[in-house]
Amino acid sequence: MSDFALQLLLTFDATLRLAAPLILCAMAGIFSERSGIIDISLEGKMLSAAFTAAAVAHLAGSPWLGVAAAIAVSVALGLVHGFACITHRGNQVVSGLAINILASGLTVTIGIALFRQGGQTPPLASDDRFRPITWWLVDGINQIPLIGTIYRELISGHNALVYVALAAVPLSAWLLYKTRFGLRLRAVGEVPEAVDSAGVSVYWLRYRAVIIAGMLCGLAGAYLSTGQGAGFVREMSAGKGYIALAAVIFGKWRPAQAFAACLMFGFLEAAAARLQGIHIPLIGEAPVQLMLALPYIMTVLLLAGFIGRANPPAAIGEPYVK
Amino acid sequence: MAGAAGEQHGSVEPPPAIELRGVSKAFGLVQANKNIDLVVQPGTIHGIIGENGAGKSTLMNILYGLHRADSGEMYINGALAPIHSSADAIACGIGMVHQHFMLVPNFSVLENVMLGSEGGMLLAEGREETLGTLKKFADEYGMTVDAEVLVGDLPVGLQQRVEIIKALKGGAKILILDEPTGVLTPQEAVSLFKILGTLKQDGVTILLITHKLEEIMATTDTVSIMRQGEMVGHRATAETNPEELAELMVGRKVLLQVDRGTSDPGEVNLSVSGLGCVSPHGSSLISDISFDVRVGEIVGVAGIAGNGQSELMEALAGMRPPSTGTINILGQTITADGQSDPQIMRAAGLAHIPEDRHKFGLVLGFEARENAILGYHYSRRSGDGRLIDGAAVTAHCRELMSAHDVRPANPQLTARNFSGGNQQKLVIARELDANPQVLIVGQPTRGVDIGAIEFIHKELIALRDQGAAILLISVELEEVLGLADRIMVMNNRQQVGIITRAEADEQTLGLMMAGITPDKGT
Repeated sequence: MSDFALQLLLTFDATLRLAAPLILCAMAGIFSERSGIIDISLEGKMLSAAFTAAAVAHLAGSPWLGVAAAIAVSVALGLVHGFACITHRGNQVVSGLAINILASGLTVTIGIALFRQGGQTPPLASDDRFRPITWWLVDGINQIPLIGTIYRELISGHNALVYVALAAVPLSAWLLYKTRFGLRLRAVGEVPEAVDSAGVSVYWLRYRAVIIAGMLCGLAGAYLSTGQGAGFVREMSAGKGYIALAAVIFGKWRPAQAFAACLMFGFLEAAAARLQGIHIPLIGEAPVQLMLALPYIMTVLLLAGFIGRANPPAAIGEPYVK
Repeated sequence: MAGAAGEQHGSVEPPPAIELRGVSKAFGLVQANKNIDLVVQPGTIHGIIGENGAGKSTLMNILYGLHRADSGEMYINGALAPIHSSADAIACGIGMVHQHFMLVPNFSVLENVMLGSEGGMLLAEGREETLGTLKKFADEYGMTVDAEVLVGDLPVGLQQRVEIIKALKGGAKILILDEPTGVLTPQEAVSLFKILGTLKQDGVTILLITHKLEEIMATTDTVSIMRQGEMVGHRATAETNPEELAELMVGRKVLLQVDRGTSDPGEVNLSVSGLGCVSPHGSSLISDISFDVRVGEIVGVAGIAGNGQSELMEALAGMRPPSTGTINILGQTITADGQSDPQIMRAAGLAHIPEDRHKFGLVLGFEARENAILGYHYSRRSGDGRLIDGAAVTAHCRELMSAHDVRPANPQLTARNFSGGNQQKLVIARELDANPQVLIVGQPTRGVDIGAIEFIHKELIALRDQGAAILLISVELEEVLGLADRIMVMNNRQQVGIITRAEADEQTLGLMMAGITPDKGT
């Protein structure tokens, strides 16, 4: 195997690791936005979940308890968003922004109060975090050229939450397109009056959507601090929630397309990291900053109508009033 | 749906399909329904007729559980039915076709029909059954629709068909249709009424909400008439006639005395010829309207609300482009292919007091002084035409307020905080300040207290005497009779005729409003 191919494979491997939180958040965004609730609080929910997961994992000594607590906190924030936007018909962007600001401040404040390490959690011991899972037969398959390497590097050796993220995509698609809940959820984001007139509660549907979004963001946050990293660092979500939202828009509010967008954004990040300071013939220094900005630039171009058309759910952002 | 109709026919008279007792509903200060009683026999087509805003839709939304009545009781098939949500109504066997369709445009017909009754957790479970339902409607009622087409791609008539199937799919025996023909072409309407006839034969009770007299006369067995939130009469259709219905809908009210003086019409300031408008869907909104308004006269437009008056007004104000005909304002002609917008009309010398002051007349969240320059904010009123001079705007508003008796005379008060009458006076003040040669005014005294009504009427007469040509559109018959020098009557989106004030009495107007052309007049 050539060096270039191996480098590429390793980049793909990193892509998966970097895309996992994006995928979980993007699926969360799809559920929320398909129900008609704008969700810019993906970022804040993920950040809160990251802190909670690391703190609980450290204190309780179990990453699974950490994940459970992270999901609980993230769902609670989702319910706050729902209470403001669904029950009280507040402005969804303002509510989301408030949650993001709250998360950014509160994680550090509580972190300092609990651990006195400048807002970080103590580094997690190896047992307190999700470790790579080595799949069966790696040693056996490894003997096969090419496939063996791909199996070892790309498919095997991720932590549990990466696989959860990958499973979330077909699961979300199935839920949206094949179930009663999905049909109603899609309808409530388009014409909530039709759902109401069919005798189905608009509010309860939207609450369920923000709860699901909260659960997925909880997983994403837990992944950041107990899977990918080993502990919480302030602002560790670093705009990933917004990139996930861009992926939702880029994927036209569909799970498979949003997944592809997440992979693309993840790849750009992985490639940027790998190309840091590397001299490329003809181009010169690799334009790392540009690559990191590309997700945003592409989303703007998409929204401006240069790449296909993105039609958001018709009732998005509008509180339902009978 | 087909099936169990008529089983209950025995020696005992079946209970009414629907019975409402003392149903009332208020939205804030507006009493939308007052103590409504209604009895509808099973297997009949029952019409509910009334002007726009008479409370018909509110009543039906209560029956369908979308609104909750403040008081009153509902009985379905003789049993007390506490309907608090659409789910309750559906469980009671009630289906509703809303005025604005409750359809998801980017869903297929199948998905739209399934919504709410999917038949299980998984869509696959209910799919076959729903396809079967669609086939049944196609076979039994000729209501054929392609299950896989996106609803948004269907013409309006077929969308309505999907709505009817949705309403009846669960075996509903009571079908409410709210203004079903408003969006239909005449051919689509014919086909709809044919379907309703078949449904009735199958024992479905149909409630038809409309403001169109001819539909009531042609299709219903019995009819109830609503006016201003109240039930004002119940009739067997065979025993009534359009004139009586029109009179009940509009009502007789105490004639307000207006000192009109005598008019002295001069040259023609506003001339409309062959004017027609079509909706974006292609259905005709108004057609073939021709009239003149001369200097020093008020021409009133009478008619039951919803017969094209609003659209005529919008066309004249430049809010809706004409599709045929011409509008001539002081020699400046606006044609169907030319430009038409409110600014052009205003520049030509026309002022417009809209029917709905909240929607088109004011920005409720703005201060009175800001509202007083809306539409004229490029003119000297607001400063030099580029920057807004706050002090000048305030002074100007204060002047208007004292000249037109707007109370409280506080230019900085938000428009929302004025009473209806004072809001209206503010709009009138703004429009009259432009010294218009032509004024179109719609429902000038709607929701206005009696004192303000008098003041507004006097202002209109004064403007006429100063030499303006005024077109007054009002559903208040006595207002038209009190102010107008000539009266044009509209019915079914066309003009029935124009008569002079001397020729006009309530009976003649009533006939004309029902679409019956009088012997004289043009």
